[in-house]
Amino acid sequence: MKVLVPVKRVIDYNVRPRVKPDQTGVDLANVKMAMNPFCEIAIEEAVRLKEKGIATEIVVVSIGPAQAQETIRIGLAMGGDRGILVQTDARTEPLSVAKIIRAIAEEEKPGLIITGKQAIDDDNNQTGQMTAALLGWPQGTFASAVIKDGDKLMVTREVDGGLQTVELSTPAVVTTDLRLNEPRFASLPNIMKAKKKEIAIKSPADYGVDITPRLSVVKVTEPKKREAGEKVADVDTLISKLKSAGAI
Amino acid sequence: MAVLVLAEHSNSALNDATGKVLSAALAFGGDVDILVAGENARPAAEAASKLAGVRKVLLADGAPYGKPVAEALEALIVPLMGAYDALFAPATTNGKNAAPRIAARLDVMQISEITAVIDKDTFERPIYAGNAILTVRSSDAKKIVTVRGTAFPAAGAGSGAPIETVAVPSGPFASKFVREELSKSDRPELASAKRIVSGGRALASSDQFQQYILPLADKLKAGVGASRAAVDAGYAPNDYQVGQTGKVVAPELYVAVGISGAIQHLAGMKDSKIIVAVNKDEEAPIFAVADYGLVGDLFKIVPELTEKL
Repeated sequence: MKVLVPVKRVIDYNVRPRVKPDQTGVDLANVKMAMNPFCEIAIEEAVRLKEKGIATEIVVVSIGPAQAQETIRIGLAMGGDRGILVQTDARTEPLSVAKIIRAIAEEEKPGLIITGKQAIDDDNNQTGQMTAALLGWPQGTFASAVIKDGDKLMVTREVDGGLQTVELSTPAVVTTDLRLNEPRFASLPNIMKAKKKEIAIKSPADYGVDITPRLSVVKVTEPKKREAGEKVADVDTLISKLKSAGAI
Repeated sequence: MAVLVLAEHSNSALNDATGKVLSAALAFGGDVDILVAGENARPAAEAASKLAGVRKVLLADGAPYGKPVAEALEALIVPLMGAYDALFAPATTNGKNAAPRIAARLDVMQISEITAVIDKDTFERPIYAGNAILTVRSSDAKKIVTVRGTAFPAAGAGSGAPIETVAVPSGPFASKFVREELSKSDRPELASAKRIVSGGRALASSDQFQQYILPLADKLKAGVGASRAAVDAGYAPNDYQVGQTGKVVAPELYVAVGISGAIQHLAGMKDSKIIVAVNKDEEAPIFAVADYGLVGDLFKIVPELTEKL
């Protein structure tokens, strides 16, 4: 079974995002970028499926600027076999990204598309579900376990009340939650080897997809700041403060 | 203009999230209908019909909808959308699972987790884990929106809207519900709890999490939450997680015990009315958002607090 893993290049999760003074967005100039953490988990899961003999080939896909090649290389160093970069400097939205992934899936015919449940920049949580809908495939979102059972996939999902298991026919789309696995670090020899792996460079037009955004940014602002309160000396003071604030 | 609200419910009861989505839909404007998709879900539909501002309730009642998979909701809702200008769904795991499928089928770019309605095209939503607020304008003719419940008031009581039944697609669908393991608890549910006690990595074990956090929560009649670090370490189940990728909460009182206050966690609780932090590290970032901070050993402070409350 071929596995397609769409990944996104985003601000490194350790970096505190700063809103630009002109309110047009978040300042990404000279900021450390990295693979979206949920996408790293998706790569790791694909590599584990390959190690179990279930996945036969792992294709790492990214839609983004030229630098997204570095993100694909990380995926290849972790165990991906080859990459596809759909290169664009334009702002992309989940709907157009899902259309591009659909077109790639129609060419590549994977048995599974596995990707992060959301990207930590736009926090949209849409791309996997939209891709599944456009392809008419089943989905297992927010996965904390993925088990192949014959030609079915059993996906355990993190839901509001606990855990839920769904059975998917294949091909299918799975999106990863945090506890699916712990991604490995790419070793130096694997990073060197990944430099020789093939990355095909494409454009959205190659797939006939119009990526004109449907949503326009009116402004991006700082959230309301919360003022720090006071440190209290002991439990008795805390209780009396909470009582006078009407909290207890 | 007409808006369809997707209800969150348990078949036998309506979840509070529904009323909050309704408030967002009423702020958007037009006639608002509520869709209750379930199995033996008439009690939930009746509860929905008693909310203020509802034109009518659509009840889609059938076996595939007892625990509906996203594919089943897509099959039901996409045809209904011919009569509506917008779909407002809760930003719960159910809503997040299904709404993007419906949006993609309608060729609409969804607007996720809105926290304010500015006008019929313009919405506010947090991005970068709440470190920035995006005001976004949609050029799509129809709007597909998910709503962050904590940002909107609960709906009031109405005089009773009519309930209409709608035909349900029978399936089969490409995915199938197999089973659910839900945390059993008599405590208030996190999303609607007035008070929450959350534990972090400093609890150091599942046993100590239960031994220290639960009695305090019981004393306060509070829901129980946890930081991602505590959940990852196995001290608490996944559905306790408060934060960017877990639950977003805004109770009257939030007590953070042994939680350092990573950005990820703050994103999920910083809209709480009063925040109390107990932590041994006086430099912990949680103190920057806490109304009352107590620096010290949680294993001494928490039992004392529990006893004296």
